[in-house]
Amino acid sequence: MADVVPYGRVTQKPSPVPDIHVLWMTSGLSCDGDSVSITAAMQPSIEDVVMGAIPGLPKVHVHNPVISFEVGDDFIKYWYLAWEGKLDPFVLVVEGSIPNEKIKKEGYWAAFGTDPKTGQPITTNEWIDRLAPKALAIVGAGTCATYGGIHGMQGNPTGAMGLADYLGWDWRSKAGLPIVNVPGCPVQPDNFMETLLYLLYQVAGLAPMIPLDDQLRPAWLFRNTVHEGCDRAGYYEQGDFAEQYGSPKCIVKLGCWGPVVNCNVPKRGWMAGIGGCPNVGGICIGCTMPGFPDKFMPFMDAPPGSHISAGTVGVYGRAVTALRGITNRTVNKEPKWRHPRAELTTGYQPRSY
Amino acid sequence: MSTITAPTTGTPSKPRNLVEMNWDPITRIVGSLGIFTKIDFENRQVAECYSTSSIFRGYSIFMKGKDPRDAHFITSRICGICGDNHATCATYAQNMAFGIRPPSIAEWIVNLGEAAEYMFDHNIFQDNLVGVDFCEQMIKETNPGVWDKAQRTPANGAKLHGFKTISEIMTALNPFTGSFYRETLQMSRMTREMFCLMEGRHVHPSTLYPGGVGTVPTVQLFTDYMVRLMKYVEFMKKVVPLHDDLFDFFYEALPGYEKVGQRRILLGCWGSFQNPDVCDYTYKNMAEWGDAMYVTPGVVVDGELVTHNLVDINLNIRILLGSSYYDDWEKGETFVKKDPLGNPVDQRHPWNQTTVPRPQKRDFKGNYTWVMSPRWFDKRTGDHLALDTGGGPIARFWATALAGIVDIGYVKATGKSVKIYLPKTAMLPETEFEWKIPKWSNTIERNRARTYFQAYAAACALHFMEKAMKDLHAGRTKTWTDFKVPDEAIGCGFHEAVRGVLSHHVVIRDGKIANYHPYPPTPWNANPRDSYGTPGPYEDAVQNTPIFEENGPDKFKGIDIMRTVRSFDPCLPCGVHMYLGEGKTLKTVHSPMFGNQ
Repeated sequence: MADVVPYGRVTQKPSPVPDIHVLWMTSGLSCDGDSVSITAAMQPSIEDVVMGAIPGLPKVHVHNPVISFEVGDDFIKYWYLAWEGKLDPFVLVVEGSIPNEKIKKEGYWAAFGTDPKTGQPITTNEWIDRLAPKALAIVGAGTCATYGGIHGMQGNPTGAMGLADYLGWDWRSKAGLPIVNVPGCPVQPDNFMETLLYLLYQVAGLAPMIPLDDQLRPAWLFRNTVHEGCDRAGYYEQGDFAEQYGSPKCIVKLGCWGPVVNCNVPKRGWMAGIGGCPNVGGICIGCTMPGFPDKFMPFMDAPPGSHISAGTVGVYGRAVTALRGITNRTVNKEPKWRHPRAELTTGYQPRSY
Repeated sequence: MSTITAPTTGTPSKPRNLVEMNWDPITRIVGSLGIFTKIDFENRQVAECYSTSSIFRGYSIFMKGKDPRDAHFITSRICGICGDNHATCATYAQNMAFGIRPPSIAEWIVNLGEAAEYMFDHNIFQDNLVGVDFCEQMIKETNPGVWDKAQRTPANGAKLHGFKTISEIMTALNPFTGSFYRETLQMSRMTREMFCLMEGRHVHPSTLYPGGVGTVPTVQLFTDYMVRLMKYVEFMKKVVPLHDDLFDFFYEALPGYEKVGQRRILLGCWGSFQNPDVCDYTYKNMAEWGDAMYVTPGVVVDGELVTHNLVDINLNIRILLGSSYYDDWEKGETFVKKDPLGNPVDQRHPWNQTTVPRPQKRDFKGNYTWVMSPRWFDKRTGDHLALDTGGGPIARFWATALAGIVDIGYVKATGKSVKIYLPKTAMLPETEFEWKIPKWSNTIERNRARTYFQAYAAACALHFMEKAMKDLHAGRTKTWTDFKVPDEAIGCGFHEAVRGVLSHHVVIRDGKIANYHPYPPTPWNANPRDSYGTPGPYEDAVQNTPIFEENGPDKFKGIDIMRTVRSFDPCLPCGVHMYLGEGKTLKTVHSPMFGNQ
């Protein structure tokens, strides 16, 4: 009977890859906010993925320090197995900025576990070096891991950067996948879980290569701007702008960068369609962007050009779109001090290392 | 499981067989923490413990020179589970520095958001992270004898929570498959929806500003919050008796369990939930508006309330070095010589701290930590007290109960307890809980207080809802007060992060941030020995911990140590290392459960 596949069973064939491990490191320069975020996801939820509630996927073993039953060696053994090539396939998820460990004589900025030989902490960067060649894919969770984020701010002492700055923007996994960046500070819960789900479909042979844009973001999530998905855009169209926080009108004059920021949060909401940013009165500070935070600060000042576009609102069209295109390209670039070279160029002048 | 390295011989006075057991990383907390111990299995004691965490980010450094209005957006990113507590505390400090008072409805909206944060965070931590230490799978692996007893022990609150025996509760706590585990995970999402209604996004809010909020107060906003809140209120009527049953069982099943994680009663609480009728954010009135908070600030030493005055609390904070990777700032710049009331401000106060990192090799005999040692100076004795927060709730309740000020209908501080009133819900009648001051500051009581505080936060939210809707119905819907950033100013904010005390201190010069030092709860709880040799709170707590686990060194899970560390609700993104002194002889506690094992 096994060869008879009844109608409707097409996605219920066992995955050609029976098991897959997700090794999730929160030990970049992070706040663990992206791990906390995924516990909020419902589309799909973490338990949907782990318990096999979605048909056609391999059995998923998630190793994340925030929720793991195991402690200590029982937990970190999967990292050693992966390093030794005994855990295949696996997806490496990195959370937190990648510090520059080369700018100082000794010590560490970020570490995960202890080297049994030296008794010293093993740096997060060393783990990335060990695991990157063996991973099926590497996913950056949140803006710190993807582009450097808040800890890569001007004047930072650690030389923090994003995964692609560290590994190279043209890095490819052994399976031919580029780094997959899911930015957001923190990452929008469903955006991350949906990206993971897509990759699992891809592993199971149920989806083609994940479509990414030139910032390595899932294209379907980050194609549009905040403004394009904002339910206050009607006020913008009418030239009706809020003069103070708490108004239901368009808040672009109060510091909202929505017109030039790639993000779906106003459209999707934060959880279950609830919350968000400008749609609920919070200025968009560009937290999904490579240029975050520096290119958006001071956050509460009106973005340059917002008055121009606000003034030309009546003559819609190519002019406004072109202006926004220029700004969009600028904020889609990281500041120049985020790099893996053995020098600190953030502006901080260390006296002590 | 632990790493076992070679047995070593212990103190000179009395040879002991100590086995090194290490856990790195510790999971089911926020952040990176490793625990390195030496265990005396013959006497079932922890002899030594070193604890380390491993990141440095440098907020105090990269915030210098930035616009002071950005402080709450930036500092939210310190923490990924209570970032909104930082954002809120930062706006309190901004309000003081900028000299502004937000409209009352803005304060009620912030209070409702923060109440939802407590409801969410304690909920997920207690039953999805801590709860796993008490689940069937864990109990079977660590204490099969306790599992046997749990199956025979009826649960007193069975009618309310539906679990007939203690073992049924433990099964329900199994990760992912347990019914209660799954229910709390879902509840943690509903409470985060409540949070997002008020503060926009979890965990880094979008709608908080100095001067108020951007949230638009509408009838719908409060309806959406209220229906969720009442579901949580009903949930609490099951959760509180469930945890009482579980925690009481541990005292009964393992006589002497009160010693696990016990330390001297040294608790700090910086107060939570502003009362907009009183709070004007001026420093000179800070003692008055501190007392008007719906969680009373206070320092509790050996069961006595030493102070509940926020000015007093502020002035006596000291940041010490001793084992940390920093250069000292004793001869550095003094940013604030006197507070606005004319009181002198110490060079070791956060207003005057200068952070100079010096990365180096980890050396447990020297410097081994990125975190400093916050202390509270007790002018009665001249001691620099290593206050802890007990993970937040136990200190909040203890200070609030003793102060006896809070009385809002839904909650009442009696001088020796805190009463919590929950109204009728769909399926359950009105219910009153009473948190009573416990005999010990220990692992079980830290955990128990957490559950009661979930109910307390819900009860407070009912009050804030009434106040907010009164403003709404009266048409007082302006949510923000305009301001100008002064060229020169100082400010401080006091709040309770979910897991305990939180302060932000800012100095503004030329309209920019000249100095900024946030002090979250985990540095208070998990710090190393300071320059006076005083150990940090984890150190006391772990040192006093007897071993009740039935496993020997070969299968040792360290469950009693794990429960103790997690009872403080560690949140390590601030980077913490900890060290316990060598060769301390600990009091031997034999459990009748274990016989000759």
